Amino acid sequence: MRTRISETFKRLQKEGKKAFIPYIMSGDPSLEKTKDIVLLFEECGADIVELGVPFSDPLADGPVIQRASERALKNKVTLRKVVSHVKELRFFTQIPLALMTYFNPVFKYGMESFIKDARVAGVDGVIIPDLPPDEAGDFILLARKAALDTIFLLAPTSTEDRIKKVAKASTGFIYYVSITGITGAGLLFDGSMDTLISNIKRYTDKPLAVGFGVSNPENASAVAKVSDGVIVGSAIVRKAHENPDELKSYLLNLRKAII
Amino acid sequence: MEVTIKKLPDRKGYFGIYGGRFVPETLMPALRELEDAFHQIKKDRDFLRELGHLQKTYIGRPTPLYFARRITEYLKGAKIYLKREDLAHTGAHKINNAVGQVLLAKKMGKKRVIAETGAGQHGVATATGASLVGLECEIYMGTEDMKRQSLNVFRMRLLGAKVTGVSTGSKTLKDAINDALRDWTTNVRTTHYVLGTVFGPHPFPVMVRDFQSVIGKEAKRQILNAEGRLPDYLIACVGGGSNSMGLFYEFLNDDNVKMTGVEAGGKGIGTGEHAARFAGGSVGVFQGCKSYLLQDDDGNVLGTHSVSAGLDYASIGPEHPFLKDTERVQYTYATDDEALHAFELLSKTEGIIPALESAHAVAEAIKLAPMLSKDAIVLVNLSGRGDKDVQQVARIKGIEL
Repeated sequence: MRTRISETFKRLQKEGKKAFIPYIMSGDPSLEKTKDIVLLFEECGADIVELGVPFSDPLADGPVIQRASERALKNKVTLRKVVSHVKELRFFTQIPLALMTYFNPVFKYGMESFIKDARVAGVDGVIIPDLPPDEAGDFILLARKAALDTIFLLAPTSTEDRIKKVAKASTGFIYYVSITGITGAGLLFDGSMDTLISNIKRYTDKPLAVGFGVSNPENASAVAKVSDGVIVGSAIVRKAHENPDELKSYLLNLRKAII
Repeated sequence: MEVTIKKLPDRKGYFGIYGGRFVPETLMPALRELEDAFHQIKKDRDFLRELGHLQKTYIGRPTPLYFARRITEYLKGAKIYLKREDLAHTGAHKINNAVGQVLLAKKMGKKRVIAETGAGQHGVATATGASLVGLECEIYMGTEDMKRQSLNVFRMRLLGAKVTGVSTGSKTLKDAINDALRDWTTNVRTTHYVLGTVFGPHPFPVMVRDFQSVIGKEAKRQILNAEGRLPDYLIACVGGGSNSMGLFYEFLNDDNVKMTGVEAGGKGIGTGEHAARFAGGSVGVFQGCKSYLLQDDDGNVLGTHSVSAGLDYASIGPEHPFLKDTERVQYTYATDDEALHAFELLSKTEGIIPALESAHAVAEAIKLAPMLSKDAIVLVNLSGRGDKDVQQVARIKGIEL
């Protein structure tokens, strides 16, 4: 399946580069601001952008993204609005976009109409942290038909049969959760990540991007060495919220570190 | 058909279209491990002997089945029997599940258990179980609930548990579950999550039902002894749905036994301030499973209200919508006012102060019994005692203690 995301990884592989994948919560503090941030991501050398969708009960997220989600919900941002916002974004940028949303908003939207609308709007891939492949049969079928990437997650606890299952179900890339924990937690550098990732690589040649817990250029650089891409979420959300003036230089430093 | 009903869930944890396992990948292997361990102990004689022994000597089982003569006479209709789960250790049915799960956690080699709690009953039960078998224990509780139930917070701390306040979202039970799931995701290798009801990802709904089904097994034996026949009606309140499943399950194949689950009608369905998932909700996926859910048009979870914290929850165990769709169980609701009336009536006529949760079931019996003949039998699950609610009821009545 040729998608903007898979083409990006192919290009990077050829060039011997690693993907920089920043995350931002849509609608925190406003959708207009989210557009500016996405464009800033692109300007600072992001390869793919992960767009968060707010949800009332984000159980895979740590405090930083929980609060961002609460702020976006207060601004009445919904999955529907995020999808139409992507449509608007596409007038300004062609950067690959992956939505990160919990499953219930998609379920309530209607899987088929969501996939159709998201695709038409210009969404390239979807990450749903509470939808493991075991429950995603219909979703995968519908997404394949629409050429929408389904990005599933692997964790340090994943067993061999789960690695096979997740690798098979994922397109675009596989999202490796670097820690047993929630977004924004601290990263551990005890060498175990390298071992776990090379173990996953024995079962699949699909690109593997690492997220959860990457919070500074040093982390990002270390993670880039053992993977195909680095996802930075909570640290960017915090910076955008608390010190928006420093966001640009922070992004540039991350970009420089991911090689 | 009936035989199939009792055999569910299927291999993937589904009751018809409800149930499943909607959790982050990190937890998937742990749920698999838990499922395997649960299947093992079901056949493990030593485990079952130890559980049976504790049920008898520690929890105080079997709990009595009591013929409530005075309220029966007052209502001038069907005979009312009460299954006295309020007399179980710690004052509610929650202990049946908590003791089962801490024994299982110990057997799985876990060092630590965590749990969520709303009113505090499941938190107290889990803290009790943890100190019984010697496990570290942490309880997550919304800061709103901690204010409303300060007595139970102190009880848990007395029992040696760490109580952690949750101040995100609505600061109540659902947010406590989110944080318990986040803790479990982080500490899954050493920790078991003692989920308090027949809810969440597979195998929790079936496992909690099995630990609670002792209620129905005893009740069946006891009513046959007392009356020589099965009851015409079973009534239980439904929050997450564990006391009701515990009572109903043993009777599912007994076609002549009608069953009613009573949800929290709060201030009335029209006001939007309630926790009646069947009257006001729709199918959704929340905190690990597909079931009925109070949600807005965008799939965000709505706030709920009930005078009873134990029923104040936006979703319901996935076996319940299945039993509703197949029409094996009827679901209705009782409002705050009806529950408060039942709370007082049972206290005055029988000398039994019911938990506000259980008072919802009593409220349904008060409506139903007068319409039935005097030979009819109604069996109500009195899932907990009301001591914890006395202060709140006084407050509602404007009485200063």
